Amino acid sequence: MKAVSAEEAVAMIPNGASIMVGGFMGVGSPERLLDELVRQKKSGLALISNDAAVPGKGVGKLFEGAQVSRMIGTHIGLNPKAQQQMLGKQISVDLIPQGTFVERIRAGGCGLGGVLTPTGVGTLVEDGKQKIEVDGKAYLLETALRADFALVHAFLADYAGNLSYALTARNFNPVMAMAANTVIVTAEHIVPVGVIAPDHVVTPGPLVDYIVANG
Amino acid sequence: MDAQTIIARRVAQELRPGNLVNLGIGIPTLVANYVPKGLNVFFQSENGLIGTGPIPEQGMAHPFLTDAGGRPISALPGAATFDSAMSFGLIRGGHVDITVLGGLQVDAGGRLANWMIPGKLVPGMGGAMDLVSGAKRVIVAMQHAAKGKSKIVARCNLPLTSARVIDLVVTEMAVIAFPDGKATLLETAPGLKIAEVLAVTEAELDIPDKVPEMKF
Repeated sequence: MKAVSAEEAVAMIPNGASIMVGGFMGVGSPERLLDELVRQKKSGLALISNDAAVPGKGVGKLFEGAQVSRMIGTHIGLNPKAQQQMLGKQISVDLIPQGTFVERIRAGGCGLGGVLTPTGVGTLVEDGKQKIEVDGKAYLLETALRADFALVHAFLADYAGNLSYALTARNFNPVMAMAANTVIVTAEHIVPVGVIAPDHVVTPGPLVDYIVANG
Repeated sequence: MDAQTIIARRVAQELRPGNLVNLGIGIPTLVANYVPKGLNVFFQSENGLIGTGPIPEQGMAHPFLTDAGGRPISALPGAATFDSAMSFGLIRGGHVDITVLGGLQVDAGGRLANWMIPGKLVPGMGGAMDLVSGAKRVIVAMQHAAKGKSKIVARCNLPLTSARVIDLVVTEMAVIAFPDGKATLLETAPGLKIAEVLAVTEAELDIPDKVPEMKF
């Protein structure tokens, strides 16, 4: 684990990179990294995030300057900019069920090729997918999802990179921290090793590549 | 009583002690206001919380404690938080007793469409497909008709949320169940005749010998 500034962290992300960003309607998103992505005008991003948040919050900020060219998520209905860009075909959006979304990321982080889920059987979601029967019940094969970078927001990070999360700001963050080549973390508080008790560590330090220094 | 209140109060009567319940956005959210006193139920919010409580008082909201719409909520004693994989494991794994969702259409076979209107409204399905696939009981809480058109249709022409047959639809006019996949009128709203319900229902309904009125 290495400590970096937000500027240095985002400078590592090339245009066109795939980024997983934690957060649910902007709650639990790494706002400082998103602000810096806007400031450095990174473009052509493939965004993997649950939703498009709202304008000015969380990943919603990336749609104002049309920095996203492709999105995989579950819901974009509360961000009019994202809706416009999808309907205007400026971005391609792959909308998938939320449980499938998180399981595909989990699979990507856990060395699995994919998962079998009953969700989506008999709906538009099954188009083009392999259907597999197990013990008489139909499932869809949903393949694993990984990204170049995971941008994660924690509540506590210690100097060794161990992370814990707060309340509903946890959401997709710990799952995404498993599923990217490079994991960059912002935290509300950076604390000495030992402050987070071993039983309370949710994301173990070796998963984290960079922590963005506070202050 | 207005339409939304009738629906929310009637749905609340379906809750049983100890149930783990997920409420969708809109009318379903109102159900929490009518839980019978002393009935211990747990509400799940799919963004990672069991034990959601009422909207906090002015100045007491926490930015990291929100519902699935991103609005501030509170947590009751005994609440638990978890990540999204656990949250949807609970949902898909059959650990949620009741899911209450809004609907665009429910058809005579008990199938639900509630996530998109092609060409018009494409917000995404969020957690709806997992909830309908995985919850033990699926209750749809919606107005009986929209702009004079029945939402209880012969066959859904909007994209389905799931192939699964739902358990119950509660509208401001009627309670309809789907035993053996056949729409059956269970109750009418107070003061409403069966014929009045049928007049605004596109789907064919089975009418049992006794169809009581909703009781509040």
